[in-house]
Amino acid sequence: MAQLPFIAAIDAGIHQEMRRDPSVLYFGQNLATTENHPFVAAYGHERVRVTPISETAEIGIAIGAAMAGLRPVVELYMAEFMLVAMDQVLNEAPRFRYMSGGQVKVPLVLKAGFGFAAGWAGQHTGSLTALFMGVPGLKVVVPSTAADAKGLMATAIRDDNPVVFLHHYLLTLEHGEVPDGEHLVPFGKAEIRRAGGDVTIVATGWMVLRSLAAAEKLAAEGIQAEVIDPRTVAPLDLATILKSVAKTGRLVLVDQAPRHATVGGIIAGDVAEHGFSSLKAPILQVNARDATVPYSEPLEAYVIPDEERIIAAVRKVLKAGR
Amino acid sequence: MSVQPPNAERQIWIFTHMLRVREFEERVKRTFTEHPGVIRGHTHLADGAEASIVGALSHFRGGDAALATYRCHGYPLVLGSDPKAMMAEIYGRADGLCKGLGGSMHLTDVKRGFLGTSGIVGAGIPHAAGAAWAAQIRHKGEIVFCFFGDGASKQGAFHETLNIASLWKLPVIFVMENNGYNVVTTTAQEDANAANGEPLALKAKAYAMPGVTVDGADPLAVHATVGAAVERARAGDGPTLVESKVYRLSAHGNIIAPPGVPLHYPEHEAITVFGKREEYEAALRGDPVPRFRAALVKSGVLSGAKAGELAAQVAKEMDAAVSFAVKSPFPKLESALENVYA
Repeated sequence: MAQLPFIAAIDAGIHQEMRRDPSVLYFGQNLATTENHPFVAAYGHERVRVTPISETAEIGIAIGAAMAGLRPVVELYMAEFMLVAMDQVLNEAPRFRYMSGGQVKVPLVLKAGFGFAAGWAGQHTGSLTALFMGVPGLKVVVPSTAADAKGLMATAIRDDNPVVFLHHYLLTLEHGEVPDGEHLVPFGKAEIRRAGGDVTIVATGWMVLRSLAAAEKLAAEGIQAEVIDPRTVAPLDLATILKSVAKTGRLVLVDQAPRHATVGGIIAGDVAEHGFSSLKAPILQVNARDATVPYSEPLEAYVIPDEERIIAAVRKVLKAGR
Repeated sequence: MSVQPPNAERQIWIFTHMLRVREFEERVKRTFTEHPGVIRGHTHLADGAEASIVGALSHFRGGDAALATYRCHGYPLVLGSDPKAMMAEIYGRADGLCKGLGGSMHLTDVKRGFLGTSGIVGAGIPHAAGAAWAAQIRHKGEIVFCFFGDGASKQGAFHETLNIASLWKLPVIFVMENNGYNVVTTTAQEDANAANGEPLALKAKAYAMPGVTVDGADPLAVHATVGAAVERARAGDGPTLVESKVYRLSAHGNIIAPPGVPLHYPEHEAITVFGKREEYEAALRGDPVPRFRAALVKSGVLSGAKAGELAAQVAKEMDAAVSFAVKSPFPKLESALENVYA
């Protein structure tokens, strides 16, 4: 175990797979421009390349390379940059296996940061996770700890399908214990970050940290919240969430996206359908307010869900119902 | 370097495949009237482009790959796909090349190097470059054929990909089949080069790669032009843009009449939209299939009798494809949920 910042843990996951599998490629903008770049030094320019600012071609090239037997990892930096190439992400990569009747595999990883609520204003701060989640053929990964960042990246590279790997920018320098050797975290297996019997909170990315902080404050009042981090939203480990709701009877969904574009909304629908009899109160959601993320610091803080709003939602859900 | 012209045997091979593509497409077209409702959605034919398709793919070797667009019936036929499985795919049947999951616009035959076809204009161009990256680092001199239309050259995907392919010297041939129309928009209405009397191949200049224009109705000219591009790519010298001028002899696609059944192919847009019947009739007079047949007979490569035999053979093969496909069962319902993930 080593203490690593989140961002270094992701790199460790890519290194782990590039060392063991010569078919793994790593490329993107402003990457590998010098010979002493750690990935160039280790694997050479055949596998590690800098690209121009051409997201459609970058992701399209990854798809073609994957169909031809390689395992590309595309460094996209920001999730919004995928919007430039949305056809390739949503309507090319996940389609080919199916449309070919299973003849081709498209194993690739689209690595992108998101949610940079640190004064990046309207176009670099989005939480787009739910946008990718309902596309058959696509997998979507959202790590919230350094260890998961390494292990989920490694699993994403080994997966035979296109994977969108979304890392929250405000976690970049969060340190955590990361296993040294080969480390893989399975897809579709939620992690209970904090156990509790009074209310279930589900959150992803940076919102996991805010939910845990809120849960600690609530514990001081004697309220025990269970905080679940799905870690991958496609596939989604609904069973762990339903099991927790069966225990607590109350569910608060925390999501950094605006209300109608959340992973939480999708989970709410699933729990309402499959876990209704467990619920003692209506499901509550804590989301970004319905606005473009503003630049000014107090306004940004007002729009993004914070501990106080999570705590308020928990108190409300505990008072409501039967 | 100069490309050796194909010998007599190879010329007959080219002619036979041109015939096979034509006869296959004729049967797809006829299906709309002979078996109404059997073909669903939108279907795009390669008639008129046979010389270009076969001339280009006459350079295909094992280990190479080809990718194309929704107008994709011609290429796999040349690469050796079974026309029965292809027709069954177009009919949405269990014996289809892609198990009935892809249909006319997404034919794929990986075993024969036909990696995939995107139905989104221009979107497949970077896929070909990605496959070419894979070929480049295999170091076996393998190359990728990337087929698309003139319309795709207005997409960002085209420009982004040509830039990177040239920068990285990827072993890929960009074959732009310029049929003069993007659905019902003429090239001169949407392309600055065309509007100014310039060839579309000029676009290659912006990306520091060779750009050449060839008569896509002449299979030997296509063979020579694509051949030079193939030599360059196999040698590691990078990509080439080949503008192959063809005339599609059918409309862009079949009539779509939702919610009913697509009934037939209308006349070409030159007639139905622009009222230029003479343009279309001139194209018919230059039809590459009879034109190459006449050239082969004239040069003594093929006798009239042998040409007739070939035509009968091909007609029989393609009739069998239709009979097979019509009889093939629909896929099992649960197969709709297979192959979503690998």
